[in-house]
Amino acid sequence: MPVSSSSSSLIYGCLKDAGVRIMSALPETWLVHLIRRAEDDPEMTLVRLAKEEEGVGISAGAHLAGVKSAMLMQNHGFLASVNGIVSCAQLYRIPLLMMISHRGEFGERDPWQTEGGGVTEHVLDALRIPYDRLDSSDHVARRIAKAQTLADSASRPVALLMCRDLMWED
Amino acid sequence: MRRLDAIHAVYPQLERCVVVTIMGAVAAELQSIGHRPNFFYLQHAMGLASSMGLGIALSRPDLQVVVFDGDGSILMNLGALTTLARYHPANLVHVVFDNESLLSVGGFPTATSTGTDIAGIAAAAGIRRTETVRTMDTFTTAFTDALAANELTTLVAKVEAVGPAAFVTDLSLLENRYQFQRYFREHPAQD
Repeated sequence: MPVSSSSSSLIYGCLKDAGVRIMSALPETWLVHLIRRAEDDPEMTLVRLAKEEEGVGISAGAHLAGVKSAMLMQNHGFLASVNGIVSCAQLYRIPLLMMISHRGEFGERDPWQTEGGGVTEHVLDALRIPYDRLDSSDHVARRIAKAQTLADSASRPVALLMCRDLMWED
Repeated sequence: MRRLDAIHAVYPQLERCVVVTIMGAVAAELQSIGHRPNFFYLQHAMGLASSMGLGIALSRPDLQVVVFDGDGSILMNLGALTTLARYHPANLVHVVFDNESLLSVGGFPTATSTGTDIAGIAAAAGIRRTETVRTMDTFTTAFTDALAANELTTLVAKVEAVGPAAFVTDLSLLENRYQFQRYFREHPAQD
């Protein structure tokens, strides 16, 4: 499978370094290595979801109870979570770290993924959620650390878009 | 059974618990009995109270977590029951006050009014301790037993569709949020 194992390991290590100890996830192809890493890590609690929006509630509860968490989801999962993000994480000022696989950009071969790619950044903008792109291993560590820092200092959701050039090797 | 009376009956037991409620009538009624710093009222995000409870229960297994959910809310997030069942935190008691209506927005009937059985759904999702109760005595006993059981429980309490006259209270959302967060810091896990 051409999902980048090395990029996934790099991202996973950075999330650990950021202090993340609970990851909620709903599987998709680009997330397989990340989820397996979480599954095999005795220091990580992996929460497999039925739908991504649950992860907002889980992260909110974990944050208030003193544990750092991250959500792993596809951009379509982000789109499915919008009400929870607005009426839980934003309303209650939760520093939610959203790791979003950004499907549907240039190079996408799956026809069913192509609508989400075009709207994800616009929806993030509309929600006033600060975000950055992860498209090269050069900046992964720096951007994840900075995203977590802003989430904590602003007490607001932030997003990182895991892009094709980083996640897919073909 | 009125929900206010049911909450009143178990209120003394909530002092040592971390409590998450849904919005509207449940939040206003618990506050009318007496707010505590270990009570959090999720004043929107319908459906996510049980998910918040799961996040807390996994983060702080040393604390007893109680969620006061409602039929309208849990029906918006039925998948959460499967996630609760999957991780089955022993320190979580999930109470669903089922008044068979969306009372806070005009009393329109929910699907439980036409036969949907939330305890049945929870059981089928894999939650092993589930029960539906209809009287004050059975509710109080079932709630007390659930706290003692040390096993994830979904307890459905059938209640009358009556609530308070107003839902906005004196407690601001963020004041509640920071007070609640501070409660955890002031009660750190003992090694």
